[in-house]
Amino acid sequence: MTARIYIPRDAAALALGADKVADAAAREIAARGLDAVIVRNGSRGMHWLEPLVEVETPIGRLAYGPVRAADVASLFDAGLADGGPHPLCLGLTEEIPFLKSQTRLTFARCGVTDPLSLTDYKAHGGLKGLEKAVAMAPADIVKDVTDSGLRGRGGAGFPTGIKWKTVLDAQGPQKYIVCNADEGDSGTFADRMIMEGDPFVLIEGMAIAGIATGATKGYVYTRSEYPHAIAAMQAAVGIARAAGVLGANVLGSGKAFDMEIRTGAGAYVCGEETALLNSLEGKRGIVRAKPPLPALQGFLGRPTVVNNVISLASVPVIMDKGAAYYRDFGMGRSRGTIPIQIAGNVKRGGLYETAFGLTLGEIVDTIGGGTASGRPVKAVQVGGPLGAYFPRALFDTPFDYEAFAAKDGLIGHAGITVFDDTADMLKQARFAMEFCAVESCGKCTPCRIGSTRGVETADRIARGIEPEKNRELLADLCNTMKFGSLCALGGFTPYPVLSAMTHFPEDFSPSPLVEAAE
Amino acid sequence: MNVHVTGNDVDERTLAIVRALKGLEGPLLPILHEIQAEFGYVPQECLPVIARELNLSRAEVHGVVTFYHDYRDHPAGRHVLKLCRAEACQSMGGDDLAERVKALLGIDFHQTTLDGAVTLEPVYCLGLCSCAPAAMLDGAVHGRLDIDGAKDLIAEARR
Repeated sequence: MTARIYIPRDAAALALGADKVADAAAREIAARGLDAVIVRNGSRGMHWLEPLVEVETPIGRLAYGPVRAADVASLFDAGLADGGPHPLCLGLTEEIPFLKSQTRLTFARCGVTDPLSLTDYKAHGGLKGLEKAVAMAPADIVKDVTDSGLRGRGGAGFPTGIKWKTVLDAQGPQKYIVCNADEGDSGTFADRMIMEGDPFVLIEGMAIAGIATGATKGYVYTRSEYPHAIAAMQAAVGIARAAGVLGANVLGSGKAFDMEIRTGAGAYVCGEETALLNSLEGKRGIVRAKPPLPALQGFLGRPTVVNNVISLASVPVIMDKGAAYYRDFGMGRSRGTIPIQIAGNVKRGGLYETAFGLTLGEIVDTIGGGTASGRPVKAVQVGGPLGAYFPRALFDTPFDYEAFAAKDGLIGHAGITVFDDTADMLKQARFAMEFCAVESCGKCTPCRIGSTRGVETADRIARGIEPEKNRELLADLCNTMKFGSLCALGGFTPYPVLSAMTHFPEDFSPSPLVEAAE
Repeated sequence: MNVHVTGNDVDERTLAIVRALKGLEGPLLPILHEIQAEFGYVPQECLPVIARELNLSRAEVHGVVTFYHDYRDHPAGRHVLKLCRAEACQSMGGDDLAERVKALLGIDFHQTTLDGAVTLEPVYCLGLCSCAPAAMLDGAVHGRLDIDGAKDLIAEARR
């Protein structure tokens, strides 16, 4: 039997040398005349083990990692193709604790299948959701999504079903599904991983959204910083179209849905849905005032669903297994699962999909294993550059939209960036303002000008110039930005700044600088 | 890279790109991406051609080009090295790495080395936050980059 050897094509694996490993493996297979094929799968999400090489055996898939190109010959010497023993062998992939303890609904296939094999996709439960949806009345699909409790995974947490209902009920010559894949938050990579590792699940989710709302056209707006995701999505759309999953007659239902992949041009603010729509229309990525809601007047002024990648990619499993199945995971008003991205200075970084409700401490210490540097954890930033910095004292906060809001934070797109005790929180606060200044679209004065004044004020604090007065000024500026900005960029930049000031006051009281004599 | 394109040539190549893409809904960004892929930057001479074909004012096109960080108004070096400056990379020493790379190249962000080999640019997140610090040399991604790895990349670019 032909041995199947899996070597990921996910960008994180590529960044750690997966292509070189794959080249070396291909050479070994040829030189040894082995009956083996290399499958370039997505990532399992255990990035500290990448490149993670797997091989199919009668007892399941065995994992080897992290594999360097220089290890490949010795792996084949040890009988890799038959799952031979080797110091890099990690045992059965599914038994690795980091993976075993997860609840993988949205990421069920990511890292398991060949991302561009529709046959593989179907063999692992793909298209079942869409097959059900095409036989249903649109309002029933919307009801299922509403009943599942799915909320926008981009960060705002707005109920997906309610947004869909607004678009379903809206009148217009053409409706659209726009997938927000402009994943610009530092510490997040779930969208990238699903686009590279299981692109068909996003296509299926968008097709279901189209059929549910009467939209026949979809766009994925992603980032130019994600060339591998763009290539995977474009290839997958072509395959799906050729197979009749997309097009004038979706799965033979007589209903139409097709989609295109669009690339941004390096503007963080285009992750905000109205700026994204302007950018998609070919304009400057300036935020629009709401109302009108994009659901009523979105792309080209027509009714538009704008959903995050993970929201849309979670829809197929909801349609397949039912709203109740999905809703039964989670806590409070946060239902289902969330792909938590553990990043930064952390021992075991990667993607961890689980039901809502784990505490921050469990995620950072138990799952993440503490810092990579081995030093104590000082702070974790949750929710990207607009998310608050949490100290250890708040590690009992459960991962849930409302619980984080109650602690003046947000879960955002569920990225967690870990910092050790060498982090200077005043510097981090200054960076939040600097980033806002670089990326502000310029529409609102508090964001456009406030961010620059924020950098200057942080610099004065750092130089010991009237620190007390300047701390007050910085807090006041944050207040103005929070309430005076149209969108989350200006409105949420205060979160990292204020949380750093509140929880790490010692970093905001530097000893006055002694001016050196010239 | 041949940057000595004649005016007529720019017009013709621009027109070919615009005509191929103007049927898209919201065609301007796809057109500008193609222009940059064609010329290595967005030449000023393209703007009136695009404006005329899309029935926009030249100012509107200029406004869009200058809004986005990706579009260049002059050619880059032979290779573009992007270093991530965002938080996850900061937590793993990204700032220090960036300073050392700048010193090594003798340039700041947004500048090109005198030999024209490398343009250094900041990037805010490559989605490689679990293997920080991250960088991208042309299209290829690199994780857990240290100064020795950066030296190798620069040597590769100068070869």
